[in-house]
Amino acid sequence: MRMIERTAALMQRALIGRRFVLGGLPGALLLAPRARAGAPVDADPWPALVPQIFPNRVLEDGAKLLTIDAPYRAEDAAVVPVSLRTTLAADDPRHVRKITLVIDANPSPVAAVFTLAPQAGIDSISTRVRVDDYTNVHAVAELSDGKLYVATRYVKAAGGCSAPALKQTADAIPIGTLRFRELPAPDPAQREAQVMVRHPNYSGMQMDQLTRLYIPADFVEKLRVWQGDQLLLTVEGGISISENPAFRFSFKPTEAKTFRVEGGDSDGRHFSGSFPAQAAA
Amino acid sequence: MVRPHDFVESSMATYDRRADRLSVMDLGSWIGEGMTVRGTFAVAAWVFVVMGLAGATLAGKPAVDVPAFSIQKVADGDYAHFGQVAMTSAANAGDIANLGIVVGRDAVAVIDTGGSVAVGEALRAAVAKLTGKPVRYVINTHEHPDHIFGNAAFAGSGAIFVGHQNLPESMRAHGPFYLHSFRDVLGAAAIAKVRLIPPTLLVKDTMTLDLGDRRLLLTAWYPPAHTDCDLTVLDERTHTLFSGDLVFLDHIPVIDGSLKGWLDVLPRLAMLPAERVVPGHGRRVGAWPGALDDERRYLLAVEADARKYIALGTPMAQAVPLIGQSERGRWRLFDDYNPRNATAAFSELEWE
Repeated sequence: MRMIERTAALMQRALIGRRFVLGGLPGALLLAPRARAGAPVDADPWPALVPQIFPNRVLEDGAKLLTIDAPYRAEDAAVVPVSLRTTLAADDPRHVRKITLVIDANPSPVAAVFTLAPQAGIDSISTRVRVDDYTNVHAVAELSDGKLYVATRYVKAAGGCSAPALKQTADAIPIGTLRFRELPAPDPAQREAQVMVRHPNYSGMQMDQLTRLYIPADFVEKLRVWQGDQLLLTVEGGISISENPAFRFSFKPTEAKTFRVEGGDSDGRHFSGSFPAQAAA
Repeated sequence: MVRPHDFVESSMATYDRRADRLSVMDLGSWIGEGMTVRGTFAVAAWVFVVMGLAGATLAGKPAVDVPAFSIQKVADGDYAHFGQVAMTSAANAGDIANLGIVVGRDAVAVIDTGGSVAVGEALRAAVAKLTGKPVRYVINTHEHPDHIFGNAAFAGSGAIFVGHQNLPESMRAHGPFYLHSFRDVLGAAAIAKVRLIPPTLLVKDTMTLDLGDRRLLLTAWYPPAHTDCDLTVLDERTHTLFSGDLVFLDHIPVIDGSLKGWLDVLPRLAMLPAERVVPGHGRRVGAWPGALDDERRYLLAVEADARKYIALGTPMAQAVPLIGQSERGRWRLFDDYNPRNATAAFSELEWE
C-alpha cells in the first residue's frame, strides 16, 4: 500500500492540472503509473509490476486455463481489441472470481479489473484498449480458491494513450449514453452481451499546447451489469480502455426479463439503463 | 462571405514577426506572451516547436534531401507536384502528398506544403523558378503531417497561412502527437525543423481569394469527413479543383474523420463547378466529378460491410479483416490503411 500511495503522489505531482480522485485500492492501482525513472528503456516492467498489483501473491502459469487474444500488430493503437477466455477443466470445482488485465508498458498499466459473479457463467470478456508502446499484455485470473493464474501476449502498437480523440463523428451522442445488446453465442446454453458507454475516456495524457496543461483524465471508472436481480459482472476501468468503452461477455441466460447497467466516471457522472432481455431462443 | 483582407492585416503583422524570431530558446517567453493576447486570431497564432528535439544530435544521419522535386502544369496558371504513393519514410522525406501552385497576375498561392520542411523548401524553390511573383497565401487543406509539415519553409516570407476554421484547434490537439509519432519514420533531424504553423486566415464556410485576375474559391466542409478540417480550393478561372484529401485516386482513401460524414459531403463536393481535380493523393489529374467514383465505391463498401458484421454481432476483431475486402486489388497501400479504416468504420457505425 505504501508503494501505491507513493506512486499516486508522484503521479499527482507530475501531472499538474489533473483531477484524479483516488478511491480505494483498485482505483489507486488503476491509476498507478509505471515507474520509468532509473529503469532502462527496454527493461521488462512486469517483474516490478507484480508486487505492486498483487502484493505477496504467487502467480501460477495460467496458460492452460486462461487465454488472451489480441492482434500481434495493432491496426490502431487507440483501439486494440483484446479478448480474454477462461477454460476450467470439467471436473474443476472452482470458478473464476476476478480477472485483471495489465498492459505492461502503458503509463497506467492496470487497464481493467473484471469481477465475475459466481453464477454468471462468464467465460469470455472482450474489450478495446489503448496501447502506448510495444508491450506484453498480462491477464491474471483469481479463482475461487484464491489462487492466481497468469497468461501473457505480446502486442506491437504505439502511441495509443496520448493519441487524441481523433474520431470526430457526424453524430452528437451525449456522454454517458449506454447501449446494451444481446448476441447469440456458439454454445446454446450461453449467450453474449455487449455493453457500450459513450465516453471520451480521456487519458489525461494529452497536453493542451496553449495552456501547457494536460486535459484532465476523465474516464469510466465502474460499470455493473445485472441480469434481473443477479449481478453478472463488475468492471473497474482505467485510462487504458479506449474511447467509448465497450465490453462484451458471455453469460448463462436466466428467465430474467431485463438487464440493468449502472456506471460512473471519474468526474462523478452516473449513468444507468434498463434493457429488455431477448426472448429465450 | 468573409472579406479576408479586412482582418488579415492587423493579425498577421503581429503573427509573422513572432514566427520569424521564434526558436526553441525563446519558446517559453513566446508562449507566455501569446497567452496574454486576447482575440480569436491571437489565440490561433501559436507555433509548436518540438522541445528538446532541436538539441538532438544531427550527427547520426545527414538531413535528407528531397528526391527530385518536379511540378507539372495542369491548367493555365495551375501546377501540381505529385507526391509518391507511399507511406512517409526518411527516404522520401514525407513527400507523399500532392501540392498545388496557382499563379495569378499579382501573386501566388500554394496549396499544402508537404510532409517535411525539406519538401516545403523544394516547393518554394519551384515557385521561385516558375515566377518572380510573391507567395501571398499558403493554404492548408487539413491537419495531416504530409500536408503541413513543410509550412515552416514559408514562415517569414510574408505569406498568409489559410485554413479551415477548425484547423488551428485540430493542429493544437493533434500536432504534438504527430510530431512524436513521425519522429521515428522521418528522423529526428527532419522533425527538429518542423514548426506547426496554424492558419491565421480562417475559412468558416466559403471565402474568395484573389491573386489578380485569378479568384480562388475556398470551401470549408462539414460534417467531419477525411478529417474535421477539410478545405478545398477551386481556381474559378480554369475550373481546376485542389481537393486535398477529400479526393483520393489510386491511393486507398484514409478515414480519419467520419465515414458517414465523408459520404454526406461527397454529393455536395461533386457539385463544385470544376473540370478537373488534383487529388490529395494519387499521381494524376482526375476528371470532375468522375474522379469521385472509385472513392465513393470504396467508402460505400466499407460502410456496407461494417454494418453487416455489426448486425450479425461479429466482434470487432473478427469483423475488421473482413471489411472492405471486395476493394482489395483496386487500391495501392490497401493493407496499410484498410484495416485502420475498417476499425474506424466499425467504431463509428456500431453507435448508429
